[in-house]
Amino acid sequence: MLFHLDARSGMPTYMQLVNQVRRATRNGTLRAGDRLPTAREVVAALTINPNTVLKAYTQLESEGLVISRPGLGTFIAQGIPAPLAPALQRQLRRALDAWIRNAVSAGLDREGMLALINLAIDENKKAAHVA
Amino acid sequence: MNVALNACGLGKRYGNSWALRDCSLRVPAGRITGLVGPNGAGKTTLLRMAVGLLGATSGEISVFGWSPTEDPALVLARVGFVPQERPLYSGFTVGEILQLGRHLNPRWDQAGAAARLKRLDIGLNRKVAHLSGGQHAQVSLALALGKRPDLLLLDEPLSNLDPLARREFMKALVEVVAAEGLSVILSSHVVAELERVCDHLVILNGGRVQVVGDIDELVATHKLQIAPRQDSDVIDSDATVIQATHTDGQSAMLVKVGSRAVRPDWEVHDVSLEEMVLAYLGNPAAADLPAPVMQKAG
Repeated sequence: MLFHLDARSGMPTYMQLVNQVRRATRNGTLRAGDRLPTAREVVAALTINPNTVLKAYTQLESEGLVISRPGLGTFIAQGIPAPLAPALQRQLRRALDAWIRNAVSAGLDREGMLALINLAIDENKKAAHVA
Repeated sequence: MNVALNACGLGKRYGNSWALRDCSLRVPAGRITGLVGPNGAGKTTLLRMAVGLLGATSGEISVFGWSPTEDPALVLARVGFVPQERPLYSGFTVGEILQLGRHLNPRWDQAGAAARLKRLDIGLNRKVAHLSGGQHAQVSLALALGKRPDLLLLDEPLSNLDPLARREFMKALVEVVAAEGLSVILSSHVVAELERVCDHLVILNGGRVQVVGDIDELVATHKLQIAPRQDSDVIDSDATVIQATHTDGQSAMLVKVGSRAVRPDWEVHDVSLEEMVLAYLGNPAAADLPAPVMQKAG
């Protein structure tokens, strides 16, 4: 696992690390049982604050994505959701393509579409919490 | 919270002018704290008071609970200090500098200091006068770390270093923090280079403390709002305007948001640490301090 940082993203460094691990498990780069680099390795590679790495790993652990084995390291947990099956991914993508064509003909630009998608995600999340 | 450095109502006056005034802050242990502010803000004064090189005119300062002037032996054994000018005897070799360190410090780690310099390819037989700026800084750091400090104070450690030497210095610093877990306070007037390395921040401006806090939290609670032109700087009882810029039709305001969300009908942008710091430095009357300090000031 190689981490990288985008200085212009505006996202806190620890969140960038968290997102990269999430993405890597989703696309299958990291699988259950894989070891994440130690905090010291990440610190040396990126020249970042050690607490930032610990914060990211703690967050991942609280989400159940990784488990920490004292003295051994931090590992991707068993039972994480399997990467999205290609067939399912194609199906979701086709639905999204159709949605984008509708949005474009309705006059929405990229920003407008992203705003709408973010809003929908937020509201769905809220509804799920209430339920 | 374990506290590395604590200041309460601390002040230092030279003649009629205060280099530092009403300074109350706590720096947590185990963190890398950035001390930022323009030249003359009082950064060096604060660091020199932390090691007892200067006495306080008013108030108190303590390091791990001990006063640097009343119990210097207890403080100095645990603190490493690299002043801005990074003084090393130029006629000495690097090896002789380490030997000096060994004779002056009871907890001296000769093997660690020698290994550190070997990794950086700095030979012990090199004359200090012949070192590059980056190597000079690394030898100063190795000397300060050789005494195995619990708290390391670095005054403008990156000044006069080229970008590569800055990067290597910071890398050496974060690696030792990851390995040993010591606390670091480093001052700088350049914010951008601290953003990744520090996780705690103190802003000093004109001798006063303006901001103390966790960097992720500070960045998360400050936003830039773009709104139709506002004639008042009070936009919401729950948000404080740090800096406002007005054009004909619009106002851009950097605000500290409270517990409630900022006005959702206005455009809201995240800000970088640097933008946030510059907004505070541009408005010396604004402050963001932990509650106990506020009560004391009131």
